[in-house]
Amino acid sequence: MLSDKDRIFTNLYGIHDWHLAGARARGDWDGTAAIIARGRGAIVEDMKASGLRGRGGAGFPTGMKWSFMPKVSDGRPSYLVVNSDESEPGTCKDRDIIRHDPHKLVEGCLLAGFAIGAHTAFIYVRGEFYNEYLNLQAAVDEARDAGLIGQNASGSGWDFDIVIHRGAGAYICGEESALLESIEGKKGLPRMKPPFPAAMGLYGCPTTVNNVETIACTPTILRRGAAWFSALGRPKNSGTKIFCISGHVNKPCNVEDELGVPLRELIEKHAGGVRGGWDNLLAIIPGGSSVPMLPKSVCDTVLMDYDSLRDVRSGLGTAAVIVMDKSTDLIRAIARIAAFYKHESCGQCTPCREGTGWMMRMMNRLVEGRAEIAEIDLLEQVTRQVEGHTICALGDAAAWPIQGLLRHFRPVVEQRIADYRASATSRLAAE
Amino acid sequence: MAKVTVDDIEIEVPNGFTVLQAAEAAGKEIPRFCYHERLSIAGNCRMCLVEVEKMPKPVASCGQPVGDGMVIHTDTEKVRQARRSVMEFLLINHPLDCPICDQGGECDLQDEAMGYGRDHSRYHEAKRAVADKYLGPLVKTVMTRCIQCTRCIRFLAEVAGVPELGATSRGEAMEITNYVERALSSELSGNIIDICPVGALTSKPYAFVARTWELRKTDGIDVLDAVGTNIRIDSRGGEVLRILPRINDAVNEEWLADKSRFALDGLKRRRLDRPWIRRDGKLREASWDEAFAAIAARMSGLDPARIGAIAGDLCDVESMMALKDLMVSIGSRNLDCRQDGATLDWSRREFYRFNTTIEGIDEADALLIVGANPRREAPVLNARLRRRWVENTKFFAGMVGPTADLTYDYAHLGTDGAALRTLLDPEHPFIKRLVAAERPMLILGQSALARPDGPAILAACWKIAETTGMLSADWHGFNVLHNAAARMGAFDLGFVPEGGKDIAAMFDGGTDFLWLLGADEIDMGRISAETFVVYQGHHGDRGAARADVILPGAAYTEKPGTYVNIEGRVQTTLRAVFPPGQAREDWTILRAFSAVLGKPLPYNDLEALRRRLAEANPVFAEPDTIRRIAHTGGVKPAGDSSAIADAAFAPAFETYYQTDPISRASPTMTKCIAETAAPMRQAAE
Repeated sequence: MLSDKDRIFTNLYGIHDWHLAGARARGDWDGTAAIIARGRGAIVEDMKASGLRGRGGAGFPTGMKWSFMPKVSDGRPSYLVVNSDESEPGTCKDRDIIRHDPHKLVEGCLLAGFAIGAHTAFIYVRGEFYNEYLNLQAAVDEARDAGLIGQNASGSGWDFDIVIHRGAGAYICGEESALLESIEGKKGLPRMKPPFPAAMGLYGCPTTVNNVETIACTPTILRRGAAWFSALGRPKNSGTKIFCISGHVNKPCNVEDELGVPLRELIEKHAGGVRGGWDNLLAIIPGGSSVPMLPKSVCDTVLMDYDSLRDVRSGLGTAAVIVMDKSTDLIRAIARIAAFYKHESCGQCTPCREGTGWMMRMMNRLVEGRAEIAEIDLLEQVTRQVEGHTICALGDAAAWPIQGLLRHFRPVVEQRIADYRASATSRLAAE
Repeated sequence: MAKVTVDDIEIEVPNGFTVLQAAEAAGKEIPRFCYHERLSIAGNCRMCLVEVEKMPKPVASCGQPVGDGMVIHTDTEKVRQARRSVMEFLLINHPLDCPICDQGGECDLQDEAMGYGRDHSRYHEAKRAVADKYLGPLVKTVMTRCIQCTRCIRFLAEVAGVPELGATSRGEAMEITNYVERALSSELSGNIIDICPVGALTSKPYAFVARTWELRKTDGIDVLDAVGTNIRIDSRGGEVLRILPRINDAVNEEWLADKSRFALDGLKRRRLDRPWIRRDGKLREASWDEAFAAIAARMSGLDPARIGAIAGDLCDVESMMALKDLMVSIGSRNLDCRQDGATLDWSRREFYRFNTTIEGIDEADALLIVGANPRREAPVLNARLRRRWVENTKFFAGMVGPTADLTYDYAHLGTDGAALRTLLDPEHPFIKRLVAAERPMLILGQSALARPDGPAILAACWKIAETTGMLSADWHGFNVLHNAAARMGAFDLGFVPEGGKDIAAMFDGGTDFLWLLGADEIDMGRISAETFVVYQGHHGDRGAARADVILPGAAYTEKPGTYVNIEGRVQTTLRAVFPPGQAREDWTILRAFSAVLGKPLPYNDLEALRRRLAEANPVFAEPDTIRRIAHTGGVKPAGDSSAIADAAFAPAFETYYQTDPISRASPTMTKCIAETAAPMRQAAE
């Protein structure tokens, strides 16, 4: 379990002052100029050595992502874009960072911006996060008034400013290229890759898009050293992570802990355990709505990090742990998720546009059991036809929850169909 | 160059190529719906998925750039399975109404479904229905058939330059719409029918008219503007049912202007199908013999200097040659083809030609337009100008003339002759920019030439071209934009008043006898009441109303003919259908009449007539080729550049949609005019 001295987000619960003075008291903005003085290459190397992987869901090594940015500008500016369009069901970590600890993000923007050669950062805040946006804007203004950002930011000699852009409430705008389109004022439609944002991103300029948590970790990592960070967690899955535990637990919470913490320990230590005890557990979605669920047998032993969860054919995603006890109608839960993805598909490319609706409609029938047994296989095939054939990952995200259900709970689905048949027959007989 | 392997075929392709282009270069066909060579890449249909070694997922070949050493598989089981998946998704919400769909038989979705479709549907849920949209009298929509490929959106935004279509809503609720329900304002809107891969956008006038496999396809050349667009004339029986563009990258690429595409219903209305003779002030039906006899009787004894001939805008070169030979044989030199009175200098071809050539636009980096609206007068050409402006950030344009939305930015330098005069000053800032440009071009319109001070304007424009470096050894930037398909050919064969009366002199009592060969755009009121008028043409339009004898001729779809486009490209057409009733091909009418006069023309068939043409001007011996000429020597058009009057330049036409006898007879074009004249319905609310 993570000791308090190793915590990065020391005001995650908003107990302390989130303003500049409070942030400084917690160590933020300490020696920022000295970190910048190490130079761009050294910072990127430090980030690589720390083993920090993107906290937005895909888990791409952050240092490597930064190293893709052009070292010498070809005349175009470079941009840092921070993705705070946190919309993944179950996830609420970025929200707490920007409302309770916004200076971590602001300082992180400066350091990350310097490391990739950007003088401007755009923070794309989810439209619904209005009060959070106010805090973040206030923090940016405080930092600017204190000379921490702006011209000669923190006395480092690097000019840097931050623009906050509010979204309008579309899940797809959390996809990095759709987010760039949205900032540009267009409809949030994901772009084809290549070109990747590091080559042609915002306004056609080299751009790095990072999650809020990733950026907010950066100052602490650079202050305390890559070795400290990489010593936490497990190899290739180093550091700490904010887990968002929701669902059928006694005390739902956000909590920062080491990567690689056992799932059971995470829930029992921090969230007061599963409602009705561990044995009442049915299944857990370990990383936000888009990853496949795990049955209790896997949850008993699985560790919470990128690679361990991948090995059990799920994923860490955003580390939003959704706990479902035995009172849960899993089919209905997944049908609800399918409806979400159908609603949020941008409609640009065929498999996702047509497939999400198809999957939702079949799931809705499966909730009642009004289907043929053979249709379970058909549904499985449809998810395979969507998966991997789309421009962005939303197609995958829509397919995986259903695949998880069918992989682990197919008998439940079959039973539902059998029950429906039986009741239909008895209805018929009664007439 | 990158070396790639496509299905075991090793080939080298340029570095900018996409995987799809590389596969095509290797002779592999990749199915696609959203990808179109002339539009930006959307990558949204996912039909073109291929497998590339070392890439975990199948990739959309349309958007994936090639890399050196790439190994591409276009026909593996994984690829076929991916395409079958996409096809299944496309079809779940696509109605199975192929039997009543006008796209049936030429539908990309139908074709690809043969290869990748299932024999039955596995989709048993509710299907989507989408409300149809109103896009005007030309484009019919059945939006439930739409597969959201966004080709139409991209065409209008990128090629036509009028971003009037877009997509609203998200996911499966996404709809292509113009939001305000009004007609598309583009003169190229019909092309979205061609590029739509399914039957969502079809031709409204052609709705339920014919099935594609019933049609006979004939290659033709469009004559409703002077660009010489290559067309395919689809006919059944004696009727032209549809006109489509043919691909010719040097002329129209694969676009066709709306008037040229949709005015064809005018070919069936107000047609002259028998000879008529005016007796006692009224036109009465007659036989060919009677008509010829009446003309010959009126001609006999007339002073040839009192006999004139005017050729119209839609004439083929053959009939004009025959008319010229006929007039010369009776001793008259009173010939003119400039119905609008444009004062063009025919002494050198470069004085009346689009010298830059249409392909040459792709090299230009500056443009000055004088008294022309290319968007209205030559929409396809304008699309090319627009593309140059989009693709080359250095390209800039300026215009003297009435303001108009040309779909590209231009500096408006004034509306009148006085403004043109200021451009003669080499210190004028725009002139300085032109001088600094590498390949500047100038487009001079007919409305500027059809003024009393036309010669001065021609000379002034030539002078501007000279001083701004448009005339050099490897670049010719001086261009005249004609509006009439017949004009270039008429000049090339010399249908001009060489030692005779021009059109103005033939009016107001200047002639006793006028032969109007399809000439309808002249002011009939200026022909003296005593003048005997023979009208030879295909429509009962203005000329026929004034005529004393009417000789029914053939429209451009009804005769093999030769036309010369603005850049001097000689193009021939084939006959798609026969002329109606007793109407005949025009040159044969003239040949027959010459025999009645006792002075038979020296050709009995089309080949002989074409040999005669080549004799008159060698350009006619080289169809479909043009030579980009560079300006040589300091010859200038006649005219005093300082004599420009102050008057404002007028638009060439009042309306784009009706400019000639065919489009004036077209109900579809009438609807278009009503639509564009109507105020915006939604916006007013």
